[in-house]
Amino acid sequence: MKLNLALAQINTVLGDTQANLEKHLAYIQEAKRQGADLLVFPELSLTGYALQDLASTLAHHPTDDDPLFRPLLESSRDLDLVVGFVDVDQRRRFFIASAYLSQGQVLHVHHKVYLPTYGLFDEGRFFAWGDSIRAFDTRFGRVGMLICEDFWHASAPYLLWLDGADLLLFTSASPGRGLQGEKMGSAVWVEQINRSYAGLFTAFVAHTNRVGWEDGLHFWGGATIYDPDGELVAHGPYHEEGLTVALLDLNQIHRTRARLPILRDERTHLVQKELNRILTHDRPFS
Amino acid sequence: MIDLSLNTDLARKILTDFIRSEIGRAGFSRAVLGLSGGIDSALSCALAVEALGAENVLAIRMPYKTSSPDSLAHAQLLIDQLGVRSLTIPITEMADALIAHDPDMSNVRKGNIMARCRMIVLYDQSESFHGLVVGTGNKTEILLGYTTLYGDSACALNPLGDLYKTQVRQLARAMQIPAPIIEKAPSADLWANQTDEGELGFTYEDVDRLLYLLVDQRYSPEECIEAGFAPDFVQTVINRIRRFQFKRMLPPIAKVSNRTVGYDFLYLRDWGM
Repeated sequence: MKLNLALAQINTVLGDTQANLEKHLAYIQEAKRQGADLLVFPELSLTGYALQDLASTLAHHPTDDDPLFRPLLESSRDLDLVVGFVDVDQRRRFFIASAYLSQGQVLHVHHKVYLPTYGLFDEGRFFAWGDSIRAFDTRFGRVGMLICEDFWHASAPYLLWLDGADLLLFTSASPGRGLQGEKMGSAVWVEQINRSYAGLFTAFVAHTNRVGWEDGLHFWGGATIYDPDGELVAHGPYHEEGLTVALLDLNQIHRTRARLPILRDERTHLVQKELNRILTHDRPFS
Repeated sequence: MIDLSLNTDLARKILTDFIRSEIGRAGFSRAVLGLSGGIDSALSCALAVEALGAENVLAIRMPYKTSSPDSLAHAQLLIDQLGVRSLTIPITEMADALIAHDPDMSNVRKGNIMARCRMIVLYDQSESFHGLVVGTGNKTEILLGYTTLYGDSACALNPLGDLYKTQVRQLARAMQIPAPIIEKAPSADLWANQTDEGELGFTYEDVDRLLYLLVDQRYSPEECIEAGFAPDFVQTVINRIRRFQFKRMLPPIAKVSNRTVGYDFLYLRDWGM
């Protein structure tokens, strides 16, 4: 099976969901023109990233009667979409969220589980922590979504892998740091771990990241797709908006796992036993 | 490991993008900056020109009567090289009008008055030229508090504020800033024969290496001493960083209400832009 995967790396207007929606619709048109089956937007693509006190004013429900999601759900009849937004639950907890839209339906919403609240990050001050990491079925097979800091915790993609995901879709608003090397230090690290996950989980790993500035923070773009052998399939530009489209041969998973049966040999019961021991009998992190 | 090297191509791209983006989203297309003849303002000017075009940048020379003639000449070198718009507005009359009230005042007071006179000129030209004031302060001087509050530190955006002085030199070389500007001893030129390094008591080479460990690498003072820095030097620099924290912040507001600017009324400046 083939998947024509498109990754959008866009700039956004902080707090202006209408302006950001219009940009989404323009990218959707272009991705459609290029024959994309699935188009992925970065973290908080509909709102901007450093929301602070805006967070509670920008929440939307991914439903047909929501003015922001109605046109997106309509567009998802032509191609599947992943968009970033602020979700809110019945108890009025606000989440950094990604929604997977397909054929006019919401197939899955992921709430960011790990909210960095250190250094330049302050997400935990404004958002609630997501409480599940689940894979879900799509017309391209089983997929898992993670948002930025989520994939700095190896357990998150590991759980998605065990839950059946063969395509991992990662989205970020990653501020650029480190000007010493050939590329931004943060780009080096993100690409290194994305590639590692592709190889370790013998899965496709796609990542897209914001561009543009929010006050003095700049986002470096650089979308990537790695295949189950850990090989780079496509790479978007750094620091500039762009649409990266690549035709993935999903049968590569079959070939790679025939050669390298890491998934088959994964000893999940041993993992469970040792985790139980560590978490119940010993003090974690001691 | 102390690594102050800089990918100058990348820095150049990111900093010009920053200037273009932050000025553009505020609804402007032009920049105003003071050109002292030194390396920091020369580099800021070159970045602004690359970001906005020479016709959209106004470089202003603001000599005081005691300013070194070299400063004016070096600023002119850069103006000619970049083809940037320029003005020369001496601050002698405005500064002396205030200094005349207390002719025995210290050099530091006079220097502060000069720096603040220049700020007034820049913000006046900002309105007249419809351009935002681009700052020229680097990370070394910001951390050491080696600036005049509401003087040279006043600006709308600061492209060089996360580059140490030695990194400013690397980028200045890459951007072909004229050699005399790069090679001369850094000076605020507020009085005759003043040099930064003479006044601070250490060189930028040394202090940048120490600041890199203390700030970027989060070394403890003891670890810096183990890494080979003299204990007195380490203490002097730490004291400066702490003493001048106030210069890096907006003035504290006394919180008396339920929601207060700066504490729990939190929005980025780029909100909705």
